[in-house]
Amino acid sequence: MSSSLAKQIKREQLRQLTAGERFTRFWKRNWIGYAFLAPFVILFTIFTVAPVVTAIGLSFTDYNMMQTPHFVGLNNYKLLFLDDEVFTIALSNTVKFAVIVGPVGYLLSFLAAWVINQLQARRAFTLAFYAPSITSGIAMSVVWMVIFSSDRYGYLNNFLLNMGLIDEPILWNTDPNYIMKVVVFIQLWMSMGTGFLVFLAGLQNVPRSYYEAAAIDGVKNKFQELIYVTLPVMKPQLLFGAINSIVGSFGVFEIAVSVAGMPSPNYAAHTIVAHLYDYAFIRFQMGYASAVAVVLFIITFVLGRIVMKLLSSKGE
Amino acid sequence: MLKIRWFKGQWLHITFSKVLLYLVMLALVCFTALPLVYLVCTAFKPLDELFVYPPRFFVHHPTTKNFTDLVVSLGSSTVPFTRYFFNSVVVTVIIVVGTVIVSSMGAYSLVKFKPPGGQALFNMILIALMFSAHVTKIPSYMVVNKLHLINTYGALILPNLAVAYNCFLLKQFMEQYPDELIEAARIDGAGEFRIFLQMVMPALKPATATLVVFSFTNNWNDYFSPLIYVTSQAMKTLPLALQTISGGAAGMSVGRAGAVAAATFLMTLPTVVIFTIMQGKVMETMVYSGIKE
Repeated sequence: MSSSLAKQIKREQLRQLTAGERFTRFWKRNWIGYAFLAPFVILFTIFTVAPVVTAIGLSFTDYNMMQTPHFVGLNNYKLLFLDDEVFTIALSNTVKFAVIVGPVGYLLSFLAAWVINQLQARRAFTLAFYAPSITSGIAMSVVWMVIFSSDRYGYLNNFLLNMGLIDEPILWNTDPNYIMKVVVFIQLWMSMGTGFLVFLAGLQNVPRSYYEAAAIDGVKNKFQELIYVTLPVMKPQLLFGAINSIVGSFGVFEIAVSVAGMPSPNYAAHTIVAHLYDYAFIRFQMGYASAVAVVLFIITFVLGRIVMKLLSSKGE
Repeated sequence: MLKIRWFKGQWLHITFSKVLLYLVMLALVCFTALPLVYLVCTAFKPLDELFVYPPRFFVHHPTTKNFTDLVVSLGSSTVPFTRYFFNSVVVTVIIVVGTVIVSSMGAYSLVKFKPPGGQALFNMILIALMFSAHVTKIPSYMVVNKLHLINTYGALILPNLAVAYNCFLLKQFMEQYPDELIEAARIDGAGEFRIFLQMVMPALKPATATLVVFSFTNNWNDYFSPLIYVTSQAMKTLPLALQTISGGAAGMSVGRAGAVAAATFLMTLPTVVIFTIMQGKVMETMVYSGIKE
C-alpha cells in the first residue's frame, strides 16, 4: 500500500513540473545511457536502418532501378503468393533445408565446443574446427568439388564404387534427388564455425565455483554438469547461436548455387534468397525482390521471437 | 584403464572412452580442416598438378614458382601492390577497433542502463540482422553516395562499424556481467566510463576476442564494399585487386592459376594469424569467476 501511495505522490509531483523541468529530470537520469549508445545509434541509423526501411518501402513499389519507383500497394505480395509457382518451390525447399541444417548444425556446434573445451591441445582442435569459416568460399568450393564430383573420379563416387555399394557414379550435383542432400551436407560442414566460437567463449563465462557447488549438491558426471550448470548459465550465448543458425539456415544461397548452378535442375536447389537474387540482380525487379526479402524476414523474425521466449535469460 | 606416470608425479589416466573421444574428435577435425590443408597444398602445386585429372588433394612436387609468378603479375599492375595491402590493413584495422568500441558501448548501455527506447532499438537490431543484405545493397549505395563518400576510406569503413550482429553478440555476453559489481564500483565512487573501461571490458575478453575474429575475417575478405563504393584503382583493397590481377571473376585463366592459388594462400594467412592470437583470449577464464551472486 505504502509503495503505491509513494508512487502516486511521485506521479503527482511529476505532473506539477513544467515540461522543461521534466526534461531535465529525464536527461539527468538517462544521459549517460544515451551517451554510451550515441555512436552506435548514429552510425546504425544512417548505414543500416535507412537502407532497410528503404527496402521495405520498395516492396510496395514497382522499381526497375532505372525509372523512379511507383507505388503498387500489395501487388508484389499478391503476385508472390498467388501466381509465382517458383516461389512456392523456393519456400518449401528453404523450409525443408532449414529444418535440418538449423537444429543439427546448432547441436553439433555446441557439442563440438563443449567437448573440445575439455580436451588437451584444444587450440589445435579449435583452429581445425574453425578452418571452414576462415577459408569460406575460396577453398571450400574446390574441396567439395573434388569430393562430390559427378564422375567416377570424384572421391565419394570412387569410394562407393570401390566398396561395391554402387555400380554407376551418382550425379551428385545434377540429379534433383541428391542436390538438396549435398547442399545440406556442405552447409552443415561450413556453417558451424560462428556458433562454435561463440559457445566456446560462453563456456569460459561459467564460473568454476558453480561446478564446485554443484558437485557438493550431488552432481555426479559431466552430463549432469552440462544440464544443471552449463546450459542455464550459457543462455545468452545459446540464444545468440540459435538466432544465428535461424538466419543462416533460412538464408542459404551461395552454396546451393555453387553446387547446382542457377537455376538448378528442376529448381531442386532453388531457395528464397536465390529467388530474391534472381529478381534483384538478373531481372532488375527491385520492388519484387524486396517483397521476397520482407517475407523471408517475417518468417525468421517470428521464429526468432519464439526462440527468444524459450531462451529468455530473464525468465529464471 | 591404463595409468601412465606423468611429470611431477601426477598420474595420467587413459580410459578407453577417452581414447575413443579423442579419435572421434580427431576424425571430425581432420574433415573440417580439409579446406585449409587444400589451400596450403594448392599454393605449392606446380602447374601440371593444378590441372591434373582426376584432381588430386595433396601436392607431390612442391614448388614456390606460384609465388614468383604472383610477384611478376603484380608487377604488371599500374598501382603498386603495397598500396592495396596498405588499404586493406588500414580499412580492416580501423573497422575492427571501431566496431569493438562502438558495439560494446552500445551493448553496455542497452543491458546496464536500459534507457527509454532501448527495447525499440534492440528490435531494430534484430530486424537488421534478419533482413536480407541483397536488397539493402542498392539503398546502402544511395546513402553512401548522398554523403559524398564514394572513393574514400569513409565508404569502406563507416557502413561496417555499427553492425547489428556485433552489437547483438556483445549484448548477450554483457548480460552475464553481474550488476552487483557495477553497483559496488559506483558506491566506491568510480565514474561510469571508468567502470566500463576498467571493469566490464577486461571481463569481456572472450566476447571481444570472438568479435575481433568475426569482424577481421569478414572485412579482410570483403569484396562487396570496394566493388561498389570505390572506382579508383588506388582505393581498392586486396580481395578486389587480386581478382583484377588474376583476370576477372570468370577468368580462372590457365596461365595465372598458380598465381591465384598463391594469392589465395597469402590472403588467408593474416586471418589464420589473427585467429591464433585471439583464440587464447577466447578461451581465457573470466576475471569475475570467483564472484558469488
